[in-house]
Amino acid sequence: MKLAERVPSRNGRPQYLLRSLNPPVSLRFDRRTIVVGVIVVALIVLVGAYTLTAGASHTPLSDVVSALLGQGDRRTEMVVVKWRLPRLLFAIFCGAALGMSGALFQSLTRNPLGSPDIIGFAAGSYTGALLVMLVAGSTGYYLVAAGSLIGGIVTAALVYLLAYRRGVEGFRLIIMGIGVSAVLGSVNSYLMLRAKLQDAMSAAAWGSGSLNGLSFDQFWPMLTILVLLVPMALALGPGMRQLEMGDDAAKALGLRTERLRLGVVVIGVALTALVTAAAGPISFIALAAPQIARRLTGVSGIGMIPAALTGALLLTCADVVANSIQLPVGIITVSIGGTYLLWLLVREYRRRK
Amino acid sequence: MSSTTELVGERATPQTRTPVSRGTVHTPTFRTLGLLAAAGILVVVTIASIMIGARDLTVDTVLAALFNPDGTTEALIIWELRVPRTVVGLVVGPALGLAGALIQAFTRNPLADPGILGVNAGAGFFVTIAVGVLGFNDARGYVWFALVGAGVVTVLVYLIGSVGTGTANPVQMTLAGVALSAVLGGIASGISLKNPQAFDNMRYWGAGSIGGRSLEVVAAIAPLIFLGVILALLVAKPLNALAMGEDVGRSLGVSVMGTRIVVVVAVTVLAGGATALAGPIGFIGLMVPHIVRWFVGPDQRWIMAYTLVVSPILLLVADILARIILPSGELRVGLVTAVVGAPILIMLARRKKVSGL
Repeated sequence: MKLAERVPSRNGRPQYLLRSLNPPVSLRFDRRTIVVGVIVVALIVLVGAYTLTAGASHTPLSDVVSALLGQGDRRTEMVVVKWRLPRLLFAIFCGAALGMSGALFQSLTRNPLGSPDIIGFAAGSYTGALLVMLVAGSTGYYLVAAGSLIGGIVTAALVYLLAYRRGVEGFRLIIMGIGVSAVLGSVNSYLMLRAKLQDAMSAAAWGSGSLNGLSFDQFWPMLTILVLLVPMALALGPGMRQLEMGDDAAKALGLRTERLRLGVVVIGVALTALVTAAAGPISFIALAAPQIARRLTGVSGIGMIPAALTGALLLTCADVVANSIQLPVGIITVSIGGTYLLWLLVREYRRRK
Repeated sequence: MSSTTELVGERATPQTRTPVSRGTVHTPTFRTLGLLAAAGILVVVTIASIMIGARDLTVDTVLAALFNPDGTTEALIIWELRVPRTVVGLVVGPALGLAGALIQAFTRNPLADPGILGVNAGAGFFVTIAVGVLGFNDARGYVWFALVGAGVVTVLVYLIGSVGTGTANPVQMTLAGVALSAVLGGIASGISLKNPQAFDNMRYWGAGSIGGRSLEVVAAIAPLIFLGVILALLVAKPLNALAMGEDVGRSLGVSVMGTRIVVVVAVTVLAGGATALAGPIGFIGLMVPHIVRWFVGPDQRWIMAYTLVVSPILLLVADILARIILPSGELRVGLVTAVVGAPILIMLARRKKVSGL
């Protein structure tokens, strides 16, 4: 294997190539993408370090480090490792999963509004969770997670089937998502009206997406599934880049477009489902992360790894804000993410003049 | 994805519109007869709305209570519950339908409805502020907040939708409505999660209901809605001309800017007034103009006339259904309209082309 061979550039920017003949794999890296990636990772580390020090009581950074190395006193270790660390890890990995899922859906629909939020997944998983919490009356973590998984996956499948007419078209997928979400929204508010105020409020807190109260017990199962899903998502990348050139070009290059699309929907939904099961429906990360990543790296396509890193950074930052004002993190992401989307739209429209 | 991202794959381009269907009812005579028939159905539904309820009352009792309110329980049920509820339906239904017809004609987008453009989120946001921050607890107090919120957000969505092109681009307005609704919704739920009282009020308000409003509140809002109806009927003809394109419209002597302003004012007053009275009720504004268009074709004057009559029929029927299914009042009309309306939206989108305007 040759390491980082500098190759003639395709778009006037320095690029490096990693090549191996056996197995026959080559990876092309863009220098700016790498630089941006390193900076984003550095920012995640910085914000993460701050998260571990901040909370009800301030812990100096030196104490945090010794607690992480297992040399701190028991109280600090309890606070930092048992309470704050799992929350931080959840923020990083959930953010990354959402960013990737958004990248997949936006490539698929060729539309920055394409995210599992929009095609009805969020409403469906909320319905599933509400049925468990308010009708079956169970607040067990794993039961709620299962309910939200089943609800979300069934809804996404329904929207996909309804939008299917000799293939799936992005715009129709979005409209079907709006319709199905509206019906489920009615069901959800009916369930909320039936419930006692206290139950309804805790259901609503779950429904906004929250990282409160998560521990390592819930982290390891999630990480295991994520480790399985990420390579599958990355494997879809080359095909997606061909698909972005249009169906005809992709087919001419020998791509089975419908099968690829189905693969993208399945993996994209699985990534979001994982996050929803763990922390509730955290909205707008999937929408905003790929778009921000694209602008940071300055490339035309939607890169999955930059989107994942940006998603991780966004959710880590949102969690800092959420923690300091004691609200579910999903409230922060929807407010900030929505504002960002508005700015994005206005900028896009200005250019159309 | 290319660097000049299209925000939505399919855009309504007036130049390439398919020829519009003239509708199934062609002649003015039959259209008038159809309108009269619809008005007859409305009368029947109105009577049914007063007759049917949680308590079984005979026709004689209802009539006696209606014309001779003597303070008995029956008279109270009729005059305090069923009559206000029916009147609210008769005021809110046409307002929602007409607002939908206007916004669809205006944006030339058959998928536009005032809720999609952020009116509901705006009203909801201001009501949350009123309840959660300012401490209002009385539905009468926050009617005005809902009205102002609806107005402010419609204007904002319109402004964002006009950036760049200078005209209100339908896709731009829809996306701006979605984004603005998300932001306002997020902030509103943040406030209500901090405040159980606000949360409780909002979960009821957000479901949309035509019950539990007093006749005084209706009397305060009705003139506004009446103004909206007049404005809507005034722009029916200019909208017909503009449907052929801005240039044709101009050469026919229509003021494009003037028509737009009147439409935005009318939509704000109609949808804002309706939402203030009944909370967010979806899909009436989307559905009714569509159904009507299948029958009478693209002439806005007929569309509006039919919409005025058909919308309250649908709203009252949905409300009666809700009352029959769950007499306790838990099933609110806003929930029933969405369940009835969404399948129609899905059916429309599954057709090869969304029906032209």
